[in-house]
Amino acid sequence: MDSSNRRHTNADPVLAQAAEWLDEGRRIALATVTRTWGSAPRRAGSHMAIAANGDFSGSVSGGCIEGAVIQTALEVIESGTARTLEFGVTNEMAWEVGLACGGRVHLFVEAVVEESEWTDR
Amino acid sequence: MDRPVRGRVLRELIEAQRNGRDVVLATWLADGAQELIDSGSGPDGPGLDGPGLDADIVAEVLRVGESRTVETPQGDVFLRPYIRAPRLIVVGAVHIAQALVPMATLAGFQVTVLDPREGFATADRFPGAALIRQWPDRAMAGLALDGRTALVALTHDPKIDDPALEAALGSDAFYVGALGSRKTQGARRERLGAAGYSSSDVDRIHGPVGLPIGARTPEEIAVAVLAQVIGALRL
Repeated sequence: MDSSNRRHTNADPVLAQAAEWLDEGRRIALATVTRTWGSAPRRAGSHMAIAANGDFSGSVSGGCIEGAVIQTALEVIESGTARTLEFGVTNEMAWEVGLACGGRVHLFVEAVVEESEWTDR
Repeated sequence: MDRPVRGRVLRELIEAQRNGRDVVLATWLADGAQELIDSGSGPDGPGLDGPGLDADIVAEVLRVGESRTVETPQGDVFLRPYIRAPRLIVVGAVHIAQALVPMATLAGFQVTVLDPREGFATADRFPGAALIRQWPDRAMAGLALDGRTALVALTHDPKIDDPALEAALGSDAFYVGALGSRKTQGARRERLGAAGYSSSDVDRIHGPVGLPIGARTPEEIAVAVLAQVIGALRL
């Protein structure tokens, strides 16, 4: 009975999607909320996986900064160098990306690569 | 520090989750180095120290289930726990259960359906769900209800519901609920009282079950039940 329950234990769906893309040989990055202040909509630890063609899964906010995070993720996939990002409150008068809800978040964006790719570098 | 091999870390992380192991992923934010810290590693139980990390802080992150960033001599380290999903035991493979099981699965619960009756807990009715076709008095011990387990009894049949509820009341289950009108709940209270359960024990049972949203259909009742379970977990 215990074993039948364990078979149904699920992995985080965003990480599972990331692993599936990796298995298909796609180049991907993972963005993770590392810190939040105020009314940030997604808690620390929330993930978004991004593929090199712009496909993405999961979220790091209520939808206001995902576009900018995808842009950064595509750069990280190219460079292979992880980056930290910070988003604060949106100034609605400026065309900047931010959190309309008034929160502030830190993100970590990393390329997810196979072992063989590292030995090539 | 070893070069990060994140593809491998990602797969180890998924494997740990599928095996029901609680782990913490430590990421050194300065250079992206990562270490997967496994609560089950080591012959003497938790082996929770990583390079420059305080095992007590890692244990706290696992216990609370909240991510945090800690300062170390090697710079800031982000600690992200991946802990087992909360469990929901659904007693009664009935129409409401057919709506509740996929909804709860979607919400991140690990769901088990229990019904001894022929034709109820079938894979056709519950695709992909963990099914137990046994009487609760036999099955409950093996389920090892703990503080991250919820149980909801949906059969209306005391022969099935009561033994499951008694097992739940004897556990640390964070939520116990039972379908039934106020009249049914009253009769249940009397039976459980006669069986030796105190009124404070019996008060743990949410019944009539679910948040009062005027739910009418099995699907709406499932929403009300799931909302109440989530409230018990989070509030």
